[in-house]
Amino acid sequence: MSVLVYIEIAKGKIKKASLEATNYAAQIATQLGTSATAIAFNADAAQAEEIGKAGAKKVLVVKGDQYKNNDAVYLGVAIEQAAKAEGAKVIITSFDVTGKSLAPRLSAKLKAGLVAGAVDYPTVNGNVLEVKKNVFSGKATAVYTINSDVKIISLMPNSFPVKLSDNKAEVADFAVDLGGITSKIVIKETKSTDTAGMIPLPEAELVVSAGRGLKGPENWGIIEDLAKAIGATTACSRPVADMHWRPHHEHVGQTGIAIRPNLYIAIGISGAIQHLAGVNGSKTIVVINTDKEAPFFKSADYGIIGDAFEVVPKLTEAIKKLKASN
Amino acid sequence: MKILVAISNVPDTTTKIAFSDGDTKFSTQGVQFIINPYDEWYALVRALELKETGKATAVTLFHVGLVDSEATIRKGLALGADDAVRVNAESPDSFFVAEQIAKYAKENAYDLILVGKETINYNGSSVGGMIGGLLDFPFVSLATKLDVNGNTATVEHDIDGGIQVVECATPLVISCSKGMAEQRIPNMRGIMAARTKPITVVEATTDAPLTNIKSFALTAGRTICKYIDANNVEELVSLLHNEAKVI
Repeated sequence: MSVLVYIEIAKGKIKKASLEATNYAAQIATQLGTSATAIAFNADAAQAEEIGKAGAKKVLVVKGDQYKNNDAVYLGVAIEQAAKAEGAKVIITSFDVTGKSLAPRLSAKLKAGLVAGAVDYPTVNGNVLEVKKNVFSGKATAVYTINSDVKIISLMPNSFPVKLSDNKAEVADFAVDLGGITSKIVIKETKSTDTAGMIPLPEAELVVSAGRGLKGPENWGIIEDLAKAIGATTACSRPVADMHWRPHHEHVGQTGIAIRPNLYIAIGISGAIQHLAGVNGSKTIVVINTDKEAPFFKSADYGIIGDAFEVVPKLTEAIKKLKASN
Repeated sequence: MKILVAISNVPDTTTKIAFSDGDTKFSTQGVQFIINPYDEWYALVRALELKETGKATAVTLFHVGLVDSEATIRKGLALGADDAVRVNAESPDSFFVAEQIAKYAKENAYDLILVGKETINYNGSSVGGMIGGLLDFPFVSLATKLDVNGNTATVEHDIDGGIQVVECATPLVISCSKGMAEQRIPNMRGIMAARTKPITVVEATTDAPLTNIKSFALTAGRTICKYIDANNVEELVSLLHNEAKVI
């Protein structure tokens, strides 16, 4: 009756989101009186060890080239078979790019109720799990009851802790019978949008964002300098993406991407509701704007009313001083 | 090539969210409803472009909802969709919606099933993948570009830290994201024509839902903003380091 958690390895490292999922799986396994089993694809001994430290009692290692592109068709078959073998009634994934393909596919194949983007641990109510997730683009939360026999929860990234212990997991190879299936999706090209070594926006914990207040794309140097000093990733509001001042993948907002960094610094952004919907999950919001009536200040933890062209370079210097003294 | 575009009826982006019935239902009082932006601006407009360039023969809208959704469906027809199907039910969750779409798409042999990447009210990002699982169709998520050549779709989509270009034979399911097309305003001719386009009403499947919403709660707002003088940015750095502990 274990809890099964899907582990993703990217660029040779276990994704932080997968460690969060393992911690979560171990926690709810305790609630359910069972243990957490992780399923990892092409993991080596060191990686399996780290998964154990994150709370998995057992690590199933599946080997195969088909899994290298995180195609949900293959991952789904493997996880289905592992869940059956382990008698797992709860499956945990992250609500990240892979999770958004994988969890729904598993849900359909297993007729397993899915709560996608959970922000809290579940409440156990007999055979039913109650799980909270964000709704209305973060303006509210809803508690969902999962009524099915098998249940799937995908976790909002950066919402749960990662605590490593010296727990040692049992590591075992797990053979999957793919039955000769092939995915019809053929990869033609992969392009990176990583800019100058910044962490991709969906995973960034520190974000520096700017909008129309910067007046033109030629002025973004101060934003990039601040981001570099903090070790942050740059983002932007919708209007400046639409005007092609910044690339579309930087657009955060209701029709862009939603992010939940630890720190979000918004410079020259007024704070329209649609923008807030993309960033209201941030732990700490700093707003820098010349307009004291800018609505964003009502959703900020810290605010500076001032001219970005003066404040931001000073802020960069102050950050550099802090980093130098530590 | 027949395209099925699934649309959701959602509160517009400026709505002040409120709940009723002891916080168990979303309150529709005074709420303006629209087609979910991802469904309309990206999935539907791209489908219409494919029809306009002769790559698709028909674009059908699919919606799960009660009769009060028909005004929203008409907006989609006004943009240029040929017809619409409405499953007469209030959906409890994503799986229920996916079940209805999968059943109809299978019975009517659609080549492309397009959905928006997520709805702005439930943010589940799940329906597309579920349809793929139910029909055993390939599913490409977070697509930002779609081209069709005969029976092959070429799709650009977001992956971790990058963009991937894939090819896939139809039939397949695609969830659509920003970049795929541009928002359109329906013209008078389209609005007039929409009045007589057919909306076929069908009954829902009767399986018990896999999940239900038990209760809602509004998210607590942030506590008051702490203002720092523009000439004293060092104080902000100190607060971020010592108080917020984020740097």
